[in-house]
Amino acid sequence: MKIDMSYGSGGKQTGNLINEVFLKHFNNKTLNKLEDSAVLNIKGKIAYTTDSFVVTPLFFKGGNIGKLAVCGTVNDLSVMGAVPKFLTAGFIIEEGAELESIEQIAASMALAAKEAAIRIVAGDTKVVEGNGGIYINTSGIGEIRKEGISISNCRPKDAIILSGNLGEHHAAILSHRMGIENQIASDCAPLSFIVKNLLDENIRVHCMRDVTRGGLATVLNEAADQSSCRMEIWEETLPVSPQVRGFCDILGLDPLYMANEGKMIAVVPENQAQKALEAVWKSKYGKNARIIGTVLEGRGVTMKTRLQGSRTIDVLYGEGLPRIC
Amino acid sequence: MIDQVIRELKHYDGRPVKIMEVCGTHTSSIFKNGIRTMISPKIQLISGPGCPVCVTSPAYIDKLTEYSLKENHCVLTFGDMMKVKGSRMTLTEARAAGGRVKILYSPLMAVAEAEQNREIRYIFAAVGFETTAPVYSLLLEEIRQKKLKNLKLLTSLKTIMPALSFLCKKEKSIDGFLSPGHVSVITGSGVYRELAARYRKPFVIAGFEGEHILAAIYEIMNQLKKQRFEVKNMYASAVTEEGNQKAASLIKEYFEAGDGFWRGIGTIEQSALRLKKEFSAYDAGSGEEEVEEDMPSGCKCTDVILGRINPTDCPLFKTVCTPFHPIGPCMVSQEGSCGIWYQNS
Repeated sequence: MKIDMSYGSGGKQTGNLINEVFLKHFNNKTLNKLEDSAVLNIKGKIAYTTDSFVVTPLFFKGGNIGKLAVCGTVNDLSVMGAVPKFLTAGFIIEEGAELESIEQIAASMALAAKEAAIRIVAGDTKVVEGNGGIYINTSGIGEIRKEGISISNCRPKDAIILSGNLGEHHAAILSHRMGIENQIASDCAPLSFIVKNLLDENIRVHCMRDVTRGGLATVLNEAADQSSCRMEIWEETLPVSPQVRGFCDILGLDPLYMANEGKMIAVVPENQAQKALEAVWKSKYGKNARIIGTVLEGRGVTMKTRLQGSRTIDVLYGEGLPRIC
Repeated sequence: MIDQVIRELKHYDGRPVKIMEVCGTHTSSIFKNGIRTMISPKIQLISGPGCPVCVTSPAYIDKLTEYSLKENHCVLTFGDMMKVKGSRMTLTEARAAGGRVKILYSPLMAVAEAEQNREIRYIFAAVGFETTAPVYSLLLEEIRQKKLKNLKLLTSLKTIMPALSFLCKKEKSIDGFLSPGHVSVITGSGVYRELAARYRKPFVIAGFEGEHILAAIYEIMNQLKKQRFEVKNMYASAVTEEGNQKAASLIKEYFEAGDGFWRGIGTIEQSALRLKKEFSAYDAGSGEEEVEEDMPSGCKCTDVILGRINPTDCPLFKTVCTPFHPIGPCMVSQEGSCGIWYQNS
């Protein structure tokens, strides 16, 4: 069945959409009350974030917009040293969207939320004119477990840990858009376990950041800039799957600039690097983690190349699109 | 072996040597591998005219933007054409002004687009060198087979050999060429022999791995030392003497040579690929716009494309000319010399 404007009227059909899709999948005591606001129990300092998701296609290998909308916000909370607790979800649905697709998306959101132990406690639905697109905004609250983790806290001699292979989300999305058949699946996943493992091991984490749009290069530049130091990474340690490597070679893309949805960096004191790496390895989403570089005095980001040359790594300019030749 | 190559290139202390990498992908790989930091400063690597976006005329962009703003028209293009300035605006600006422009990832996606929306007239921005021309031929085959009336090509296709010949004639200071890898896959290695012999320059074809490029530079240096000027194919896994005959015949089926306008250089005889007359029904008016125009004031892209200066020698580089606000065409593309230097230096 297709969504029409009546689903956004606030009347019977809006009620049906909420009851038969969202409440069915997001079922929890706070949401089920359908009050104007969710009433929550929060202890101490909170982390609070919001993000909007507008991905095309809505469904891709390894996930869909719903899974992305939950994981994206969970990850933004997690890398601030917070335990994700509550999520709100706002849907903007274009008329013509399939009700079945919305149900699939809601089911994925419920599954991802369960895995990340976060509850979806409030939401909103609007229907607008259009051609069947779906957009989701999620906001999340987490309880701060460890304070002081910040993009401006990297220090010389820290080690940089990357939690896994680069470029998988971006390559999966582009493959779908270009109609290329391959086995590349999005890495879309919650990072809360990796963070929990690091904090459980009492690692003195200086900085964490999820590596999303703009890729690793952009995140490292932000960290170097905010912390007034230089990041040096080593090309031969960067984890990239052979499939993504091949895909990038053909299209002239660089995995350093490609978006990820289940990867993070952790910047930790050098003497805790090995212990931290082992903690990351304990999560199923951190099995390919590596120490990829070090923090030095100075400015900017450089890479020691496989051939032992030196390359400056700048931020991404514009979009990372396949080029003509 | 590679260690020895690196050692020798690092410690070279002879006369200053200028090697041109014609192809933007080589320029990009040189930066990605940090090759400039691994060789003597006396070996100067300079970029050539091998970025199709950089050498596309502003008048061609004007034509695309005009089409995009016409009722029931839509321009289909690769992403890197979006920021190139015509004499009035870019395709990005045209889209913001209400124009219809769609970014594609492969020319063949245009067919699906045109089939789905028969009421829209699609103009495909067919830009590129020998490497992309065969795909445009395949696109034309699809258009013909499906009898599509609402998809036409506006071409700005160029061939690199006439440009290399032009460079050899005009730019005496270039000592040797790192021949373009992708183009050579189509043309074959044999096409460089006449230029190598006539102008006494080494032409060495390399792949895109750092080791390949270093080995090619080493080969050029050795040839220069021994006063030999030969064609050497160091990308034999992909490039043959005769090239890809199938691709070449696909090009020949739909296109013929004509004079081509290169932004920053001017007209180079027989350097364009134009749709043959019998296929004019699929042509959206290609070539009509190509008249010489001035480069933006202060812009040194001409000198960059001809290998006379490095991008950093241009007074506009990183001052007013940036990837966010490109003044000259070389700053626009990921393959453009200035864009690559900005991102990596």
